[in-house]
Amino acid sequence: MEMLEFSEEHGREIIRAVDEAVANIMRHSYHGRLDQPIEVYCNRLHRQSNGQTEQAIEILLFDCGPAVDTTKLCARPLDEVRPGGLGLHIIRGSMDTVEYKRAGRLNRLRLVKYVRRCKSEGGSNEEKPS
Amino acid sequence: VKISTRQIKTATILDVSGNIDMSNSTEVRKALLHEIRVQKATRVVVNLSAVNYIDSSGVASLVEGLKASRDLGSRLVLFGLNDSARELLKISRLLKLFEVYDDETQAMASLAPSV
Repeated sequence: MEMLEFSEEHGREIIRAVDEAVANIMRHSYHGRLDQPIEVYCNRLHRQSNGQTEQAIEILLFDCGPAVDTTKLCARPLDEVRPGGLGLHIIRGSMDTVEYKRAGRLNRLRLVKYVRRCKSEGGSNEEKPS
Repeated sequence: VKISTRQIKTATILDVSGNIDMSNSTEVRKALLHEIRVQKATRVVVNLSAVNYIDSSGVASLVEGLKASRDLGSRLVLFGLNDSARELLKISRLLKLFEVYDDETQAMASLAPSV
């Protein structure tokens, strides 16, 4: 994150999103078991959009739990005072992209956060690893 | 996480220190609910100035305390939140629900003149 020069606030958002994601995997995918594997990969991405290069960090989290029921991947309404169900709100509010995908026998959660814009030529929106 | 309580006039102050996460947030929840429901504290002030990190389970504990205090007609006040904790409450859209003050002096002043 330092290499990509994220601000302190954005750095905290990334840490918070990953922390909540890992907690959700432990709680919901592994039902509280602490001896199950979670693989985390970090990639540096860049994409060109409207003549600007945007850099991002991509974080992939894999777990071996049962497939997630995607109909349950909706955060609860926030207009009520009750605990629970905040993790997904926090993840979505902290990152630019949050995607879930079943990859073979694994659950894959993909988190992306963009960091900065700099002048460049080109116009592709395609994300590319650096 | 470490939790201790002290009394200033009619206000009960919970001093919390350390990180609040899914491994220990139930301790915070229990301590809060004990003061509100068992001790019948009418003014509970939570000091988070020594809390470095709080996650959604910690926020959920605070929300549960807030709900209990509202149900019983008491007040729950927070102070000493660091940037991370404020951002977390903001992103959860809970910052407006809580009474949040910068420091103990402000928090206690908010309870005056009844304290």
